[in-house]
Amino acid sequence: MAEIVPQIIVSGLLIGGVYALVSVGLSLLFGVVDIVNFAHGEFLMLGMYTTYWIWVFSGVDPLITLIISIPVMFLTGALLMKYLFKRVIDASPLTQIFLTVGLQILLQNVALMAFSANYRTIQVVYNEIVWNIGGVTIQISRLIAFFIAILLSIILWLFLTRTDMGKAMKASQLDRETAKLMGINTDKIFMIAAGISAAITGAAGTAISTFFYVFPTVGVSFGLMAYITVILGGLGNLKGAFVGGLLIGVAEAFGVQYVGADSGLLLAFIIFIVLLTIKPQGLFSKGVA
Amino acid sequence: MLLTVNNMHVSYGAIKALQGISISVKGGDCIAIVGGNGAGKTTLLKIISGLLKPSEGSITFNNKNIVGMEPYNVAAEGIAHVPEGRRVFSALSVLDNLIMGSYLPSAKKDRSQSLEYMFSLFPKLEERQHQLAGTLSGGEQQMLAVARGLMLKPKLLMLDEPSSGLAPIIVEQMYEKLAEVHAQSSMTMIVVEQNVPVALSLADRGYVLENGSVMLSGNSNDLLNNPGVKEAYLGF
Repeated sequence: MAEIVPQIIVSGLLIGGVYALVSVGLSLLFGVVDIVNFAHGEFLMLGMYTTYWIWVFSGVDPLITLIISIPVMFLTGALLMKYLFKRVIDASPLTQIFLTVGLQILLQNVALMAFSANYRTIQVVYNEIVWNIGGVTIQISRLIAFFIAILLSIILWLFLTRTDMGKAMKASQLDRETAKLMGINTDKIFMIAAGISAAITGAAGTAISTFFYVFPTVGVSFGLMAYITVILGGLGNLKGAFVGGLLIGVAEAFGVQYVGADSGLLLAFIIFIVLLTIKPQGLFSKGVA
Repeated sequence: MLLTVNNMHVSYGAIKALQGISISVKGGDCIAIVGGNGAGKTTLLKIISGLLKPSEGSITFNNKNIVGMEPYNVAAEGIAHVPEGRRVFSALSVLDNLIMGSYLPSAKKDRSQSLEYMFSLFPKLEERQHQLAGTLSGGEQQMLAVARGLMLKPKLLMLDEPSSGLAPIIVEQMYEKLAEVHAQSSMTMIVVEQNVPVALSLADRGYVLENGSVMLSGNSNDLLNNPGVKEAYLGF
């Protein structure tokens, strides 16, 4: 029994990396703009379809499609901010929920109408390649997805901590009014934050497209998982979201092994509820929220 | 005139915060705006920097109408507003706070010189440049807020209650620095204060606000010797 634990942890971490990226995307938008986007999982779905259709028509490797899907998703996020989210920034949370849940339903149904409910798959040669390292098997496509997620997380972290614009994003998050007094165009910063949120989440969709079905509601479970992770990590806390994503991935892998293949997230939810009871502000928050 | 505020009216709902205020500031001047709580001092600064929109009135800065402009565009025109309560970016380092002050392209090109100047003006900030701003003492945070405003290389520096919540000795140091900046760069300044004597000792001219209107205005010395001002704000 115990000898499969390393396998479970590795499998959990690999998918957890992708969860981490999706969660960081959600947390960024929440942190900087103060909007909870219930259509976040749909960014992942759109990213997957973008990759899928480029692959169908051109046959290029799904990873290459990132060159197109990242800018496309960035633009999608930025335009959603400009024309939709911006209108509810100062509105009550309930209004924001109505808007973003509405957007979620809209995007799912547009995808359903345009692409049908069919489960689609992308075939790549390395799909079936599996490495065996010390008794732990690693599927190459999952390893690649993990590395894409980690790489994008590192790039985002460097952007946020090393560039003026990244720091301005943090400043806008901390004190919007004072940021404006520094000459920071917060409207532009919000558009960029939403663009990044959508782009990295879409990229996560691309990363998993080689081993995950593409269908209109694929984003729902990922979105749900991201909310848990973001709350677990402390709202708006990117490090927390990242670590939370990895934890949820591992928890899910244990759940799949010991509870049942269909109830992987069950364990993650139980951990979530227990942790929230003990530490309602989230794992990584300092003091009372 | 560098700045002319003419017949400014602002209301918060039914409450009239400003009732026809007019002030003017020449380039190189330092003026004090004093008055009690709720006199409309902060509101006036917020109107100038674009954080609030007036219901009536005009503001001309550098021969340009700036009423209704977004705050970040007003900042780009050359007005730095150091807000009340310091408002440093607590989870950013001291250095990053100063970098945010020089975010605009016009300020960014002189960033390293500006930083050098700030560190010579406030050596404490250099010592603590890698500390999070939220961990500084109140006085240090106020220095950081002023330095961050100066990093914009503004044509007009507006300070809202730089003395609030500080020990008298720190207030004195703070105002010495402000006098130094004013003398060295002949920077135009507006200082809003409840601490009337300290503000008038720095400023060339002053305006006394009460209930959203200008009650009195004139040279700082005249105001300091004015019996009404003495009685209401100086306590003798």
